Amino acid sequence: MTISAERPVATSGGATTTTERVSWTQRPGIWSQHLGTAIVGAIVGYLLGHWLGNAIASSYPYVQNSGQNVIAVTLGEIFGVAGWLLGIGALNYPLAKLTGRQPAKEVDVQGWSKYFRYSTNHKTVGLQYVVGVLLFLFTGGLLAMAIRTELLNPTTHYFSADTYIKIVSEHGTVMMMMATSIVVGPLGNYLVPLMIGSRRMAFPRIEAFSFWVFTAGYMVIFSALPLGGFPTGWTGYAPLQTQAGPGMIGYLFGFAVIGMGMMAAGFNMAVTIINYRAPGMTWSRVPILVWSLLATSALLTLATPTLFAAGVFGLLDKTAQTAFYVNEHGGSAYLWQNLFWFFGHPEVYIMALPGFGIVGEILPVFTRKPLFAYKVGAAGMIGVALLSFFVWQHHLYQSGINPDMRPLFMLTTELISIPTGFIYLVGMGTLYKAKIRFEIPMLFALALYFNFLIGGVTGVFLSDVPVNVTVHGGFFVLSHFHYTIMGGLLFAFMGGLYYWLPKMTGRMLNKKIGLWHFWTMFVFFNLTFFPMFIIGLLGQPRRVFTYAKNLQGLNDFSSVSAFLLGFSFLIFAFNMVYSLWINPQKAPANPWDSRGLEWQTANPVPSYNFERIPVVLSDPYRYSEPGAPAVADLGDAGLVHAAPQD
Amino acid sequence: MNETHHLRRMTTIWVILSIAADLLGWFVLGPHMPPGRMTETAYHDQLDFNILLMAALPVLIGVWVYMGYAITVWSAKRAPEPVGGDAARGNRRAQALWISITTVATLGAAAFGTWALVVDHGSGGGEGPNPIWAPGGAAQAETAAFSPNSGWTPGQALPVQVIGQQWKFTYRYPTFGGFETSQLILPDNATIVFNVTSLDVIHSFWAYQLGVKADANPQVNDVAYTETKQLGSFMVRCSELCGIWHGAMYNSGQVVTPSAFQSWAQQTEAANAANTKLLPPFAWTYVPDANGANGGYYPNGKATPYSSVEVYGSKNPAS
Repeated sequence: MTISAERPVATSGGATTTTERVSWTQRPGIWSQHLGTAIVGAIVGYLLGHWLGNAIASSYPYVQNSGQNVIAVTLGEIFGVAGWLLGIGALNYPLAKLTGRQPAKEVDVQGWSKYFRYSTNHKTVGLQYVVGVLLFLFTGGLLAMAIRTELLNPTTHYFSADTYIKIVSEHGTVMMMMATSIVVGPLGNYLVPLMIGSRRMAFPRIEAFSFWVFTAGYMVIFSALPLGGFPTGWTGYAPLQTQAGPGMIGYLFGFAVIGMGMMAAGFNMAVTIINYRAPGMTWSRVPILVWSLLATSALLTLATPTLFAAGVFGLLDKTAQTAFYVNEHGGSAYLWQNLFWFFGHPEVYIMALPGFGIVGEILPVFTRKPLFAYKVGAAGMIGVALLSFFVWQHHLYQSGINPDMRPLFMLTTELISIPTGFIYLVGMGTLYKAKIRFEIPMLFALALYFNFLIGGVTGVFLSDVPVNVTVHGGFFVLSHFHYTIMGGLLFAFMGGLYYWLPKMTGRMLNKKIGLWHFWTMFVFFNLTFFPMFIIGLLGQPRRVFTYAKNLQGLNDFSSVSAFLLGFSFLIFAFNMVYSLWINPQKAPANPWDSRGLEWQTANPVPSYNFERIPVVLSDPYRYSEPGAPAVADLGDAGLVHAAPQD
Repeated sequence: MNETHHLRRMTTIWVILSIAADLLGWFVLGPHMPPGRMTETAYHDQLDFNILLMAALPVLIGVWVYMGYAITVWSAKRAPEPVGGDAARGNRRAQALWISITTVATLGAAAFGTWALVVDHGSGGGEGPNPIWAPGGAAQAETAAFSPNSGWTPGQALPVQVIGQQWKFTYRYPTFGGFETSQLILPDNATIVFNVTSLDVIHSFWAYQLGVKADANPQVNDVAYTETKQLGSFMVRCSELCGIWHGAMYNSGQVVTPSAFQSWAQQTEAANAANTKLLPPFAWTYVPDANGANGGYYPNGKATPYSSVEVYGSKNPAS
């Protein structure tokens, strides 16, 4: 039975107009549902599941040397996630519906406590995601520091081989999980409704669900460590996966859980963009970031189910003694490779496209020019998304399958550089005869073009089958994908944070500290990862704890640079704390003089975004025309023209 | 400054730097690029790498010169004003040119890569159990693999089986009685047919200087070819994560003269004869028993009902 209370609900205008039945779980206070109850739910759920697993499978052979029964571990993880979701309130609505009761009305809780609750406000979810992805990023980064510490010396070891491979595996998996949501989650959820003139996302509960499942995935993947870790790297290849101990459950179930969040986020984003655009927001006026997120959403929705299924198959192999990936019993280890990379390569573009969208938003603002070849840029993003489904076997050139398909996959992989090149056309064209302002977001945007070029060009080397023989599986490929994901996406994300946090938080990030952050990150990123191309070409495979003595100099150089790269993130963290709490500077409503619709709202953004749904009148990039048509008719506020020039 | 001036300046800088970089790349770096020239495969892989490098350097330099020029020349000295005129218009000719150039370059790279792959017999990559780009003599070598005493004479292709297991590579020489050793010795001026398989998890046999890389999959015979051209030693590393000691899974091999190889093979065959008797008969693949990665299901050491291949394990220990 739901204990309810009558509670007045204020409209956005502030007038109390009605009363709603509000569940006790939604009322502020210690007994309502929040992060604390979610933690309790997760612990209770895990213990319950673990007990149940031992009860129903007590005779099941324990995993060698672990003292763990995989049935108990798996059920513990499943029940733990269910307890987490139950504790936060994610299941209130579906459970009420399932039991035929009227679901209680969700309340848009005000104040700090809303960030620790199951909020259906897209702006709250966006900020929750900011903290969530940064937590992922910083923990993954600490693991990277550990890896570089181990690689300081080929013979003196700081970690055991066992610990090292677990650190490598955890780092890769955590970072990949984080990177899939780093833009879609924080910036996508916060900005897309504002950019397309909507008051909300299409499915606010699904939006909140995606975040809380994302956080559950974080805990599941880290639960692998106390369970003994997993030795497979982020790629999780079978039969090593089959051989691994119970920590592997954390990987398989973790990806399945994160996959649920990715599917939910992608589906919600796509529906919102397609159906919730304001009147006048035609496809030719949709901001380029929204185009990139639409393409990303398509990938999230269509590619992630494969990952989910692959993870579930792996779980079944380990628990129910199925043999999806067990050769001896009629399965195939190649099945995992194909399923994983059928998801995995679209995922690469899940991690690239949003970055292209961010820099596409930043460039026109800081060059005072329209976005060059806007339609070609949008077409490029859709083209990349489509082609990304047809390239996955370039990860398997040396695997021993389908030699006859190699020319085809070489062709499709190289073809994808054409639509990717469109992004450079957009960027370089926009810079042409521009009036460039070197604000922090612009510096990060320029850095993306510098870094991603190296990542993209080296990708052509990797796509070439003969050259792939030398560079596959070594530090060359490791450096390549760090240049695309970190040098591309992460730089774009940082640029996006500096650009949009004033709108999201009402506070400007300090420019001087931001400059220190940018330059240390840019310089030491390149000093960390460029030597790795050489290290790879000289024969060092990935994921090794020891290497040839003659490579120590390059490895040490890379490690020291990596530590300083890590320090640059501390500068960023300090800037966040300093600018948001220690010395907060109030941000103007439109500090960058942007024409973007999201900047036409007040600071802080009102609860319902717009007093009434705006009517969009022109595209957001007409910086060349001082008398350009208004961006939108926002109702009471009148027509909103381009921000006045100083 | 008008448009022509900007473009002329950038083009001049780009052409000079690109020519300099390509010359440096081809003549100074090129001969030292991996994987070297120890085998025909390595030579072609290096050539392929260098040709891609020649194409890549002008692309990199072009974008960097353009960006550097833009940052230097077009920065806002004071509060920015809207940029109007031609610079603000979408130049369709520039768009068409960009798309055309990238398309031609991409198709050219794919065509060249395919040509190199075919001409170089799979470029040293694992072609799986049914290779389609086999060099002359490879088929006979595979047949000879089941003639335990056929040996090897110069001019013939030599079959070598590479067996990956946690955490070492061992090598069987089927035409020399099928002996198994941890030494990889190859004759010079010979076509080598590597048959790569695994007893447990996936490994990857990477003979760096030979320009050969093939995944070692359990129950799969992954075939890769190369032709030795120089004497010397080469490094072998596992390049697929295979568990805790993956980093320690390396050794080295040697290319020796044909006569030295024959002598070594015959001596090793004789020295290992007692051990060889304990091995399972030579087969393309083997099934691990209880000691293997997926062991435990058939602890009696029998092969699974699905396969008639040979079993490594307690009854047939690997040397």
